[in-house]
Amino acid sequence: MLLNEFLLLGAFLFCTGIYGVLTRKHAVLVLMSIELMLAAVNVNLVAFGAFHNTVVGQVFALFVLTIAAAEVGIGLAIVLLIYRNLHSADLDDLELMKD
Amino acid sequence: MVAQNVAFSIIAAAMALAAIGVVRTKNVVHAALYLVVVLGGGAAQFILLGQEFVAWVQVLVYIGAVIVLFLFGIMLTRAPMHPEESLDNDLKWPGLVAALFLLGVLGGLLIDTFHADEIDLVRPIRTAQVTTSIFSNYIIPFEVVGILLLGALIGAVVLARKD
Repeated sequence: MLLNEFLLLGAFLFCTGIYGVLTRKHAVLVLMSIELMLAAVNVNLVAFGAFHNTVVGQVFALFVLTIAAAEVGIGLAIVLLIYRNLHSADLDDLELMKD
Repeated sequence: MVAQNVAFSIIAAAMALAAIGVVRTKNVVHAALYLVVVLGGGAAQFILLGQEFVAWVQVLVYIGAVIVLFLFGIMLTRAPMHPEESLDNDLKWPGLVAALFLLGVLGGLLIDTFHADEIDLVRPIRTAQVTTSIFSNYIIPFEVVGILLLGALIGAVVLARKD
């Protein structure tokens, strides 16, 4: 298999995640798009690990997974707090510091 | 090799379509379910590359835990479920341009740099090798990540509790 197949798949997933982060309004959906980007990074890490036939890619992918899980936990707690205070999880409503 | 390429193509197509579904669907719960397809497809690709341990960890942690967290988040924030309520802001076209530009740059660079590199699947990486590496070479990052998870756990509880 070509290494590029996996790298291009990762690039596509990453760009889809960028699009989601830029265009989604609901905070939970933005977090999902960030997960998409982290999954794309994992594909790249594991593909390079297989390419060099080492375990390092897998080890780093595991660290990325851990960070992603922590990030979702904290992120959703923050979203919940925002919803409790503003009664909306809409990122366009977060304009307290705008003017 | 041919079978692997066919499997890769099918899984990659499913992942790409589901990824577009995550960022385009009008239903929040559907977005979470599309994310399951993307992450499960990622796990399948990892198995295809002979890296089993990270594949099963991805299934357990992402599909088992993170998606459930997302579904709880959707329920607790009363996300709009009706298709007439838009979930997107008005940055649709700038976002598309930015994403396509990045895809073009990344794709061009990758094709230019790695066009001849083949992945030679000699044998799958065994879980014992991975864990030996984590507990010898990467023991300090492993402990740091443990502390970070503990911090995230306490932080999430502190943030989300009602006082």
